[in-house]
Amino acid sequence: MAMLHIVNKSPFEKVSFRSCLNHAKAGDSILMIEDAAVGAIDGTSFSEKLKAAMADKTVYVLGGDLAARGLSEDRMIDGIKSVDYAGFVDLTVENETTQSWL
Amino acid sequence: MKFTIMVNEGPYQHQSADSALQFARAVLAQGHEIFRVFFYHDGVNNGTRLSVPPADDRLIQKEWSELSKEHDLDLVICIAAAQRRGIMDEAEAKRQGLDADNIIEGFRISGLGQLIEGGIEADRTVVFGD
Amino acid sequence: MATKKFMFVNRKAPYGTAYALESLEVVLISAAFEQDVSLAFIDDGVYQITKGQDTTGIGQKNFSNTYKALGDYEVNKLYVEKESLEERGLTQDDLMDLVWEDEDDDWAEKPSIIMVSRSEMADVMAEQEVTLSF
Repeated sequence: MAMLHIVNKSPFEKVSFRSCLNHAKAGDSILMIEDAAVGAIDGTSFSEKLKAAMADKTVYVLGGDLAARGLSEDRMIDGIKSVDYAGFVDLTVENETTQSWL
Repeated sequence: MKFTIMVNEGPYQHQSADSALQFARAVLAQGHEIFRVFFYHDGVNNGTRLSVPPADDRLIQKEWSELSKEHDLDLVICIAAAQRRGIMDEAEAKRQGLDADNIIEGFRISGLGQLIEGGIEADRTVVFGD
Repeated sequence: MATKKFMFVNRKAPYGTAYALESLEVVLISAAFEQDVSLAFIDDGVYQITKGQDTTGIGQKNFSNTYKALGDYEVNKLYVEKESLEERGLTQDDLMDLVWEDEDDDWAEKPSIIMVSRSEMADVMAEQEVTLSF
């Protein structure tokens, strides 16, 4: 059963994102929303950890949250997919369950 | 597909209140059904009709209220969390001997069982919070 | 009503915010609905079940005894992550002795706390149908 993990905390402020990566399984999807969107950027103290997770998991970011924080998609780690709210809904449908890492 | 949405934060303080509203709209736009939206913790503050934000800001409570009217949504505020935070409907205010109620049209106050029932009945349960 | 596998994920310490207290209220209700209930204690959530909590200095009600009552409601799968304890300098000895009585085994008292590794916790999470986090 594939799970959609929804993260909304910056990896630079809280441990939620790391905790999510530590518990997500191969084949799961991870969606960054709200403050977690900043985790999508390459060349940060967190990006290597996220890239390692991307070996067997798919990572998405809510594009509106990234843009709201003044970050453009061309600074994202290669392979991260940007979605809108319709895409968010699709992800919850495609995965059997969701877990929010509050 | 049937969704239950849980909202754990109040409007204006945390973006999750906005995210939940945007998500609910997208669920409906995609042709899915919302079985219930359950408001818990400070999320109960999404159901007051006494918010007066500056004119150029959004009025989240009213947006929920209108969405509810448009799509016949079941917006449920947890009674235990609401009592602590002073969100009252007319019947509850009367029962508690209070001089006013403040719930906005489209919301109702009920027990936590409504959340569990939502989890059981819906195909997907999505939580928004801090 | 159908039975589903519900998991309540606790990642926050008690008292600093209302999440622990109010999530406990949901857990008790879910038991009344006869659902297959599990609790996960990870990260700061492990502080919710430490023993010797004393709230006299902070003006809040000590609700830690409510965790002891969970067994009476047949909520007896409390998964605690070893790594989360270790990171915080804690061991299982720092936690309350939470038990339930097994009706099918002459009411024998059994531990409700199930110590799991991080990867075992991930397996338990993957089996759930409804995951509520606070």
